[in-house]
Amino acid sequence: MSDPLLHIKDMHVHYGAIHAIHGIDLKVYEGEIVTILGSNGAGKTTTLHSVSGLIPISSGEILFDGKPIQSLPAHKIVSNGIAQSPEGRMVFPDLSIKENLEMGAFLRKDNKGIKEDLEYMYSLFPILKERSKQLAGTLSGGEQQMLAIARAFMAAPKLLLLDEPSLGIAPILVQAIFDAIVEINKKRKMTILLVEQNAYAALKIANRGYVLMTGEISMSGEAKELITNEEIKKAYLGH
Amino acid sequence: MDENLTFFFYDLVTYLLNGLTQGSIYALIALGYTMVYGIIKLINFAHGEFYMIGAFIGYFSITSGMPFLIALPLAMFGAGIIAVIVEKIVYRPIRHAGRIPALITALGTSLFFQYFGQQTIGADPKAFPQAIAVKTYQFGEIYISNIQLIIFGSTFLLMVFLWWLVGHTKIGKAMRATSFDKNAAELMGINTDRIISFTFFVGSAFAGAAGVLVGLYYNTVEPMMGLIPGLKAFVAAVLGGIGIIPGAVLGGLVLGVAENLVVGFWVSTYRDAIAFGILIIILLFKPAGLLGVNRKEKV
Repeated sequence: MSDPLLHIKDMHVHYGAIHAIHGIDLKVYEGEIVTILGSNGAGKTTTLHSVSGLIPISSGEILFDGKPIQSLPAHKIVSNGIAQSPEGRMVFPDLSIKENLEMGAFLRKDNKGIKEDLEYMYSLFPILKERSKQLAGTLSGGEQQMLAIARAFMAAPKLLLLDEPSLGIAPILVQAIFDAIVEINKKRKMTILLVEQNAYAALKIANRGYVLMTGEISMSGEAKELITNEEIKKAYLGH
Repeated sequence: MDENLTFFFYDLVTYLLNGLTQGSIYALIALGYTMVYGIIKLINFAHGEFYMIGAFIGYFSITSGMPFLIALPLAMFGAGIIAVIVEKIVYRPIRHAGRIPALITALGTSLFFQYFGQQTIGADPKAFPQAIAVKTYQFGEIYISNIQLIIFGSTFLLMVFLWWLVGHTKIGKAMRATSFDKNAAELMGINTDRIISFTFFVGSAFAGAAGVLVGLYYNTVEPMMGLIPGLKAFVAAVLGGIGIIPGAVLGGLVLGVAENLVVGFWVSTYRDAIAFGILIIILLFKPAGLLGVNRKEKV
């Protein structure tokens, strides 16, 4: 294989006195869906926040397209081609749905491309089109999740980071959201790094997976192997 | 009509007009207070000083022969730039230190400008040049001056501009996004430091405009002039719901009118007591301010 699009090398992260990430290595290749599994507090969100530049790393390296990005401010990382749909969605409640999507495309100047992508997201999530003028704060949790993913997509990133898109969402919507993730990956060739607690749903759509346990990678491999792994079944799949 | 009632009516309208004039000034200052609070949750107690700085830039510009129409934007620009510098070298380094250190720093900044002004310009009030000849219009027994009309007109135009800026431009949307959550805004590629600087600039430019307009209206400027209007504007912003832009306008107008009605129909010495009394009463019933709502989080 060629060089990875994202390469995290021996990354350590501290939260004040807490050593949250103990030297992890992680690779994401172009075109893949890679998932990071793990329970609450394992360090999944911290990892994504470090990639996005929201949390500084203590040591190690984050390479994107071969270039180190670990010391860039968060907005510069977006301009380099990494967008994130954060945990808890964080849609802008006082902005309309359309305005939220426009914010996603904040750095883009190609109005035609923005318009096409907007229409694409509307076709993928028709509810967003129906409610495009409504304030995002009035949407249900599942709809906000769709908006958060669509908003990150609007940045036209090379790598899309998704943090727990299934969290607190009705099962029927979870299916729709995961279908949309696969569609974005297949049709738009967008590389996706997906953080999930819902291990089964995530492994079903991913190429590869990493299991994070108290800040360390305890297991990694092909998704179809992880899904049949006895330890994973016991710990995360509820069997 | 009964003659007493007629005079009462004339008085009432006159005091209302004076109140709206005063209230417009409060509103212009309160807008900056509320915008800065909205974006970094800082009660910028030095905000009244940008109003003073604007007044002095206006004073020096006009005394050096510039026309009012150049002095006003110059004062706005100058007050805005100084606020951006203050934010960068004073507030930004302590932004993550918590709210109490930030508040104390703001108080210190306020005192710095007041005493720096007294030291360099002198503590004595300066006569603001009469850049525009005063004309008074009379309708029955109601009087209104062209200066009042200029204050209404400028305030109105600035508010329309702000409404357009915040509601209908990309940078305005980025301001709203940043005020909701800085991290979420950064994830959009928004340089939130730059948006915060811009917010300080616009808010303080408005205060600077208020300073020049007040110079024109009351004809004096002095380095301590920002203290009381700054506090009143803070009251106005809280009254309307701090962080809410239309709230600052409403709060300013309510406060200005209430004060002038007290002065007109009661005793002028109670004016400030009433201002703060109103604040206390309204906050007892509406803790989030007149236009404030307690947002419910969706899960």
